[in-house]
Amino acid sequence: MSLYTEIGGEPAVNAAVDIFYRKVLKDDRIKHFFDGVDMGKQASKQKAFLTMAFGGPHNYTGEDMRKGHAHLVAKGLNDSHFNAVMENLGATLTELNVPGHLIAQAAAIAESTRKDVLGK
Amino acid sequence: MPTVVYGGQSYECGEQSVLDCLTAQGVPIPSSCRSGSCQTCLMRAIKGSVPEKAKAGLKPTLAAQNYFLPCSCYPEENIEIVLPAEGMGKIEATVASVEYLNADILGIKLHPSKPLTYKAGQFINFFRDAATARSYSLASVPALDHELYLNVRKVPSGLVSGWIFSNLKAGDTVTISEAAGDCFYVPGKPGQNILLIGTGSGLAPLYGIIRDALLNGHTGQISLYHGSYNADGFYLVKELQKLEQYHSNFRYTPCVSEGEAQKDYAQGMVLDIALADNPDLSGWRIFLCGNPDMVNAAKRETFFAGASMNDIYADPF
Repeated sequence: MSLYTEIGGEPAVNAAVDIFYRKVLKDDRIKHFFDGVDMGKQASKQKAFLTMAFGGPHNYTGEDMRKGHAHLVAKGLNDSHFNAVMENLGATLTELNVPGHLIAQAAAIAESTRKDVLGK
Repeated sequence: MPTVVYGGQSYECGEQSVLDCLTAQGVPIPSSCRSGSCQTCLMRAIKGSVPEKAKAGLKPTLAAQNYFLPCSCYPEENIEIVLPAEGMGKIEATVASVEYLNADILGIKLHPSKPLTYKAGQFINFFRDAATARSYSLASVPALDHELYLNVRKVPSGLVSGWIFSNLKAGDTVTISEAAGDCFYVPGKPGQNILLIGTGSGLAPLYGIIRDALLNGHTGQISLYHGSYNADGFYLVKELQKLEQYHSNFRYTPCVSEGEAQKDYAQGMVLDIALADNPDLSGWRIFLCGNPDMVNAAKRETFFAGASMNDIYADPF
């Protein structure tokens, strides 16, 4: 069974997106990156990110990740912010009672985007 | 084989998704994930209907207007589709009446020259001339009102509102657009609690949405908070109080932000009062209209108070 199926598919993403986005917007380390952003559109992007991290279907390339975050890198986005997002992802999945070994797999997928997101 | 009409051309998609089919033919459609998640490729069916799977994950108000994701759409019947910004045709309307609702807001009733399909709470564009238009929300409910009803606030040196205030009279012919927007009531979940927060003429869509919800037999609590600097800013007060008398699940709270506390009004900023009365919004449906700063703060605060992002509807005007 794939990670995406095991974790619960689209319903799991839907359950996670509000919890995850709330954590991100309340996190003093990273919330300023979301100032002035349309919350509805941003929630869709969070959903696409979670779908990917859960091993679900996506068509993001490393190049998309670089382009999509370049304006944030210019504003100082660095490893500490990436770590904060990773922490919020783990806390979200823990809150949803996702088993530890699945959380580790999702975290590994998210972690694999670090270089592209940070433009390294 | 079903055909897809876009931009006056016919396409046959075969085994491909509508998005793959169009882009393979060189038609530029914005897209990103191409797997039904990011909603970048959002389009709308104006003829025929698309399979439910093509609407998965969309806000109910978008699905109700036949929006869909072409990347997840494998049509089973002939459809005609447009991009979201297209399809707002213009129509003529006759002004039926113009009346002052308070010193700064006019109530305007319009007879469209042909039937206009809309939902209470959507907006139309009102044209002063071909190049100058402003969006106004609809306070009328199609099943209850014969005319379109707008509340127009006088904006200092406003090109369209200034012209409306000084020139518009009953009998005039004006140009408006068809209705658009996703701030409206969708039937289903009749027991869900609804919170509505508006300032100034942001009351217009909320007044339509409330009456639409009640007409549909909504049984959950429906709580309206209308904010104004002072008591002179309130309007439709008698109508709202009457709704309160007839419907025990509807509550109307006018909020005054400046000056002394007065009987009949809550004292303070409308968002603060609404949140203090309703601290846990888990499972609620939220409608926000009016001042953009209030609307943006309210989106964040109602989301933090537990409302799901998919249940928050807003118009920043």
